[in-house]
Amino acid sequence: MSSDRPPVGALFRRFRERLAAQAPALPGAPGSHGPKAGRSGEASYGSRATGAGARTDAGAVEAGLRPVPPRDVPPTDRRAGRRKGGGGEQLAVPPAEFTSYYGRPILKPPVWKWDIAAYLFSGGVAAGSSLLAAGGQLTGRPALRRAGRVTSLAAVTASAYFLIHDLGKPSRFHHMLRVAKPTSPMSVGTWILSAFGPAAGVAAVAEAAPWLPERGLLGLGRRLLPPVGHAAGLLAAATAPALATYTGVLLADTAVPSWHEAYPELPVIFAGSALASGAGVGLLAAPTGQAGPARRLAVAGAALELWGSHRVENRLGLLSEPYATGTPGRMLRAGRALTAVGVAGALVGRRNRVLSALSGGALLAAAACTRFGIFHGGVASARDPKYTVVPQRERARQGELAPDVNGPGVGPTGG
Amino acid sequence: MIEANSLYGPLDPAPDAGWVEAPPRMGFFTDTSVCIGCKACEVACKEWNGVPDSGFDLLGMSYDNTGALTANSWRHVAFIEQPRPAGHRTPPFAGNPTGEPASPGSAAAAADTRADTGTIPGVGPGQPEPAARMAAGPEFLGMPGAQPPGRATGAESRTDFRWLMMSDVCKHCTHAACLDVCPTGSLFRTEFGTVVVQEDICNGCGYCISACPYGVIDQRKGDGRAWKCTLCYDRLGAGQTPACAQACPTESIQFGPLDELRERAATRVAQLHERGVPEARLYGHDPTDGVGGDGAFFLLLDEPEVYGLPPDPVVTTRDLPKMWKRAGLAALAMAAAAVAAFVGGSS
Repeated sequence: MSSDRPPVGALFRRFRERLAAQAPALPGAPGSHGPKAGRSGEASYGSRATGAGARTDAGAVEAGLRPVPPRDVPPTDRRAGRRKGGGGEQLAVPPAEFTSYYGRPILKPPVWKWDIAAYLFSGGVAAGSSLLAAGGQLTGRPALRRAGRVTSLAAVTASAYFLIHDLGKPSRFHHMLRVAKPTSPMSVGTWILSAFGPAAGVAAVAEAAPWLPERGLLGLGRRLLPPVGHAAGLLAAATAPALATYTGVLLADTAVPSWHEAYPELPVIFAGSALASGAGVGLLAAPTGQAGPARRLAVAGAALELWGSHRVENRLGLLSEPYATGTPGRMLRAGRALTAVGVAGALVGRRNRVLSALSGGALLAAAACTRFGIFHGGVASARDPKYTVVPQRERARQGELAPDVNGPGVGPTGG
Repeated sequence: MIEANSLYGPLDPAPDAGWVEAPPRMGFFTDTSVCIGCKACEVACKEWNGVPDSGFDLLGMSYDNTGALTANSWRHVAFIEQPRPAGHRTPPFAGNPTGEPASPGSAAAAADTRADTGTIPGVGPGQPEPAARMAAGPEFLGMPGAQPPGRATGAESRTDFRWLMMSDVCKHCTHAACLDVCPTGSLFRTEFGTVVVQEDICNGCGYCISACPYGVIDQRKGDGRAWKCTLCYDRLGAGQTPACAQACPTESIQFGPLDELRERAATRVAQLHERGVPEARLYGHDPTDGVGGDGAFFLLLDEPEVYGLPPDPVVTTRDLPKMWKRAGLAALAMAAAAVAAFVGGSS
């Protein structure tokens, strides 16, 4: 905790140096404690004007905003840099007027690290591939079954690792099993995983049956494993849709503005991306003769995923912004492009093993991009007080209007 | 099964949580109009509860160097300087020259300072533009200066401003999202209607931190667990006043049964309005608001967001039944798609 700490007061010294750099005539700046009488208001006004540049007087608040001093860059570069940095993105939504406490965030952004975004992906892969495995099992497509079961076990193991690794106290992961709370999506998810994980594990282990000897105790296992694996595979597939969609509620049931407001879409996006991931596994692993269902799954999954992510990027007004800009925006756009490529490849490459495998890879990559994009979009919305204050102000304003509209009189709006 | 009212609407939380013959709900009323920003509450809280230090750096944005409520600061005294002509609007001073506000520049420059509070996410970096805007105030019409207040000389450089101070704390919501989403049962509702973390149960999953609509609860580094105000559960059990209220020299922090505090607050607001402080308003007192009313509520002299409070918080679990419904529909769609993919076609 203390090794990388700056010495006491270092931040404030840096801050004063920055101030001094902006306004050389500043009487209070370090090293300029000269005769104060000489530095009257006029001098400092001059420096302010310089700092503000040749800006024309356009509105009080605008004027208040623009000369905002800057960090560690000379004035001219500063303006160019700002435009370069956020210009195109900020044009989409007009600058929102709001007050704040020194621009600091109101909410605490999620403390979840990349593990949780990775879990969103691996959980989806586990769910999608166990559905694929069950389908393969029931319709006599052994390649799909085998690939689905093995991937499902690997993905669910990775999920457990990510979830436990992200805890502040990993040694206490079993405290999750103390309670079952429907108000806590994480508790619900714990129990879904507790049902899904062992079932997926048994189903995957059953794939080892052909390698066992024919006689003795292990021979008994050889005979017993396939039916047990069959039942376990079906159990895993039955819990898979819950595993894939509860994560949407997990993110939405928070105060993070862009996650919470997207609650109708998040489960749909995650369901779609889980299906597409499962399809991706099938396309990668199965010969073209058996991959037909995987292609259809890819189309269905992509449709759900694209519909959902299109909605969150357009329906939420200001709260769509974090999903459309910056790194999360790039990830979601990449996810959409990869999904489109993957589906097209899957449909075109019906008889081409390589093309099928490539499109399967694209679908998996698309799912990962989408999950990370949604995750980081939400985190970005919690970091900026704008996304907390502006929608709540709007809601409060409408709340003040509402009693007139919904009251017993149901009066006309004119009043 | 959970009734809808357990998730939203007016409610007495302790009986709802299963307490039989619970004592009256206890809480804080923080009257910011008499707060002097001495931070005795912060110190008393740390002393009594053994809360670690939260860094000794200066944030540079105002006289507030705590920055925010964190796992290592269970009380946080917000300090706001506004270029509002509070004194000069009275007749004897009306003719006094008033220079331009000096603080927007420094507020913007200091917006992204961070101090190591020993917690995650701790005090987050701010945005320079909103910082400048809030420091400039609503009547601001000129260019901001780039220096701290009071450094220039001459009558023209004099500024008129007011200081707002507020001791912030966990709100102990009627509908506490942190409590409802906690997957271990570490957070619980006490017989006094307050919300407390059991540190021997918490496994640091961090869900409560994302769920809190006020950004109160926070994770301690190294330790990994979530920590926040307990409303001095130990002292309450012994019939004592919480440490911060005990230490407050101006009775800005008042502790008592919530019903009584609400009456007292209403009287105080009426009194302030009478005395010519029309901007006085209560925050978090209303049992019909988005979180069912706060166990710790405030008298403010400006909009809540000026103090770093959300203007209209709504507990996230209000929409939880709808969320589960959507997830159920999505799960059904997923199962149907899987069935259709295997049944239809033969390629």
